[in-house]
Amino acid sequence: MRPFIYHRATSDSAALQTVIGGAAPRDQPPTSARAQFIAGGTTMLDLMKLDVMRPSEVIDINRIAGLDQVEKTPDGLRLGALARMADVARHPLLADYPVIAQSLTLAASPQLRNMATLGGNVLQRTRCTYFRDPSWKACNKRDPGSGCAALDGFNRSHAVLGVSDHCIATYPGDFAQALIALDALVEIRRQGGERVLAFADLHRKPGDRPDIETALAPDELIAAFRVPAAPWTRRSLYLKIRDRQSYEFALASAAVALDLAGDGAVRQARIALGGVATVPWRAREAEAALVGHKVADDVAQRAAEIAFRDAQPRRRNAFKVELGRRALQRALLETASLEI
Amino acid sequence: MDAPAKSGQPLPRLDARLKVTGGARYPSDVAVANPAYACLATSAVARGSIRAIRLDEARAVPGLLDILTYQNANEIKPINFFSKGGQAASSIMPLSAPKIWHDGQIVALVVAETFEAASEAAQKIAVDYDEEPPTATIGSPGATVNAVADVSEEHKDPGFGDADAAFAAAPVKIDAEYSTPTQHHNPMELFTTTCLWSDGKLVVHEPSQYVYGMKNGVAAQLGMDPGDVRVVSAYIGGAFGSKGSLTSRTAIVALAAKRLGRPVKLVSTRDQGFTIATYRAETRHNVKLGADRNGKLLAYSHEAFELTSRPDDYNVAGTTTTAVMYNYGAVATRVNVVHADRNTPGFMRSPPEVPYMYALESAMDELAYALQMDPVELRRINDTAKDPNPGNPRPYTSRSLMRCFDQAAAAFGWEKRSPAPRSMRDGDWLIGWGCATACYPTQIAPAAARVSLTPDGWARVQIAAHEIGTGAYTVIGQAAAERLGLELDRVKVELGDTALPPGPIAGGSNTTASATAAIVKACDAIREKLFRAAAGSNQGALAGKPIADLDLAGGRIVAGDVSEPLTAAFKYMGQAAIEEYVESVPHGLAADAMEKLYRGRVALAGGPKGEKLMFAFGAEFVEARVHARTGEIRVPRAVGAFAAGHIMNPRTAHSQLMGGMIWGISAALHEATEIDERSARYVNDNLADYLIPVNADIQTVDVIFVSETDREINPLGVKGLGELGNVGTNAAVANAVFHATGLRVRDLPIRLEKLLPSV
Repeated sequence: MRPFIYHRATSDSAALQTVIGGAAPRDQPPTSARAQFIAGGTTMLDLMKLDVMRPSEVIDINRIAGLDQVEKTPDGLRLGALARMADVARHPLLADYPVIAQSLTLAASPQLRNMATLGGNVLQRTRCTYFRDPSWKACNKRDPGSGCAALDGFNRSHAVLGVSDHCIATYPGDFAQALIALDALVEIRRQGGERVLAFADLHRKPGDRPDIETALAPDELIAAFRVPAAPWTRRSLYLKIRDRQSYEFALASAAVALDLAGDGAVRQARIALGGVATVPWRAREAEAALVGHKVADDVAQRAAEIAFRDAQPRRRNAFKVELGRRALQRALLETASLEI
Repeated sequence: MDAPAKSGQPLPRLDARLKVTGGARYPSDVAVANPAYACLATSAVARGSIRAIRLDEARAVPGLLDILTYQNANEIKPINFFSKGGQAASSIMPLSAPKIWHDGQIVALVVAETFEAASEAAQKIAVDYDEEPPTATIGSPGATVNAVADVSEEHKDPGFGDADAAFAAAPVKIDAEYSTPTQHHNPMELFTTTCLWSDGKLVVHEPSQYVYGMKNGVAAQLGMDPGDVRVVSAYIGGAFGSKGSLTSRTAIVALAAKRLGRPVKLVSTRDQGFTIATYRAETRHNVKLGADRNGKLLAYSHEAFELTSRPDDYNVAGTTTTAVMYNYGAVATRVNVVHADRNTPGFMRSPPEVPYMYALESAMDELAYALQMDPVELRRINDTAKDPNPGNPRPYTSRSLMRCFDQAAAAFGWEKRSPAPRSMRDGDWLIGWGCATACYPTQIAPAAARVSLTPDGWARVQIAAHEIGTGAYTVIGQAAAERLGLELDRVKVELGDTALPPGPIAGGSNTTASATAAIVKACDAIREKLFRAAAGSNQGALAGKPIADLDLAGGRIVAGDVSEPLTAAFKYMGQAAIEEYVESVPHGLAADAMEKLYRGRVALAGGPKGEKLMFAFGAEFVEARVHARTGEIRVPRAVGAFAAGHIMNPRTAHSQLMGGMIWGISAALHEATEIDERSARYVNDNLADYLIPVNADIQTVDVIFVSETDREINPLGVKGLGELGNVGTNAAVANAVFHATGLRVRDLPIRLEKLLPSV
């Protein structure tokens, strides 16, 4: 690890002021900026030790007051960006949003969930081993233009959706799948103001600039997530398929929320897919295919096939197409049969 | 001699409290005055040579003290690879030349005032390589293959009869390929080394399973008298074979400390542990089993390929075990090593038995299905009390395999099994039950020990054996406590230091047998002196008693109803202490075995090597559950029954066997070091990506001890069991997964993508 200066901010304006001093140029991604925010530190400290991120200034935002609230609003739910994963997962207000609580509980380990914040969680960076080890020369995400070692390397955990010729790194998070499924919004603080962004617009597919991972500017800070109340939030779940029972990233996951009519036919569906895509992944066409149908094996299977129609597998991750389909199919069937 | 009853007690570990309170000082915990801190820089290519090392940026780091590279530190002398009579884990000498033999080879050692500075400087070293296309693994372009029998002085491929003809004629046949992946030990404790010099003498604090090996090896590398090197390793935070032989880092750290005139401490990183130490190499197997319709094995042939480095012929050649496992009609085996651009592999828990028994026990299960026979019955039909080779029908000293199967099967509920694959189910989960044989050779090594006793009833036991987490302090203390008639808390045990008499390598599950043989001998010498004094005295209650009637108990010398305190015997002798230094050489070893022990060379007797076969056995049963839609694999329960002679301490033995089975589940389902085939580099060299089970993955693991008395193996009748537990598990899990799904996965680990076609 390289030496760095540690600042502790007690207000968002102070934090933003400090980070602007070390901001990356406008054409560079915030992740390469000289100054970085730190909250739970569960991703960034790792990456600093690994010499992947090399900030010379770190701004601790944990002491900023008022950003860790979980509250009910007239529109739904508001989750503060500094709230800890563990605290949110067990918050009584989440009872009407099981997919959110499950996505948090099934992530990481208890120790990590106690430390990690919601804002940091959605911004966690890929687990691609070629990205996380600078001794591999080719990584367009870490070193733009250097190539991608994963394309023809060991890519078992890599993405099949949203990929490009420049990067196939998987977006690793779980919580983001619940947010994108439930049409969440992101409150973003910037110097002298605020903007609100659809969560679906926060992350960027790799395209030809996999180093630019989000729509955030270097001088912006996530303040909260808003989750609109909706008829489908209670009938929802997060299914996570992984190599071991706990403390492991998804090989494939599905966040599903359904609004069913009295006869069981789908009025509205919300689907997001994790572990298989480069960004939090909403499967809108699959959702549409469910509307008006009762969720049975064949209906779920058809939706799953639609969801993975554009998948682009590589040698070691080809199984993820089939696994992802089956995970979604299982999640749909289980969601439809929930007693709520 | 009957095994003493007291030594079979489940006593808590002597060092339990120290370990859970941080009181146990692992080698990197030992405080040294004014240490400098070292970090390694390692190669990013697997084959080629260093064209240039640019150190400017690293040298500019404040607090930097020294950087050792091949350009300034190539004075370490080569020693032999351990199987060629030396102590080295590898013939590769990282700082001797610019040549790169493997990924992650040490290219520099950085020393600085702080760990942080050393780490930063190591990251700032820039190396330019002249790269050559590397060979990654078995089957890769550029790999070279040798038959082990052609390159090893020791190994002969076991075989007898005409296995090809017998196989051809057999009415029921299995002919299958199996493979096991690269695996790394990943002990919790990293690979650390601290070196300090004083008056030309060197002290090394390093976790080691063989301190005398390290002492002698480092002395040779540095051109020193071994008497001037001391290695201290009182506690080891997990080893599993990875700390058994001398790796290149030790002498490099010693050299750095010498140059600096100051102690130097290295704590390598987790990823460096994958390449600066050893590992279990990948293996491939072709197994052919032929049987008659009653299940009698007519033919067994086994050809195996094991990966190794370019310069070393490391191999485990487990056919020496598998060839004596059942009552085969004919056997043909051949083991090959495959050289590639990799670091040299090494011992990893049950080195030969884990991959070879996985292959054999998988094939046995396949044969049972082909015969439509219960897999337990197939083992029973082919059970044997001797080497099946009619030309060398050596008997087993004891073999309780079928008693293990019967007790484990009963505890598991095997009789409720529905034999057909895919015939057991719980909702969306397919259920499968499988079993396999576990075995491990019973081995014993020479050992020396010093035991002293004082009149106040305190004993001190000194032997450079090793506590690698197994409970060695406790079991060794129990042996002495028993013989000296003391409570365990009156025995001080000192291990893991070359200032003590030489003990055996903590490998091959021999420590308990070897160390206690020496300790019992020393205690018996003490007893003899005390008894002679008490009986030969012209006063006291025991005067004139036959020595054979005397015993030690409760801190007294006793004969039936009469007794005397220890103090009396010491008084008669006019002594305030008795100290005995003994050497113990087991039957079956050459006359120079003890001398070799002092020189840090390993010699083990027993197992399949001698006039009789000496093995511990077990039977393992596993339930696997596979999700019928998404293919996740879970193992909710496992039962193992083991017969390993006299159990010195059922508590520590239970932990050993349970831990072994858990590791077996891990190896079957999770563990694999992934290799980037283009670059021959390890990809998942960290504990986030090299998967092992978490607590939630392991539910019920039952261990049953099957009683067994074997008076031929060693004085206390103990069979090593540290490596027994994980031998059968791989196959038991694979066999259970087949029973659940009807799909036979022959390449470990069994991951869900391999099962998707079946669910």
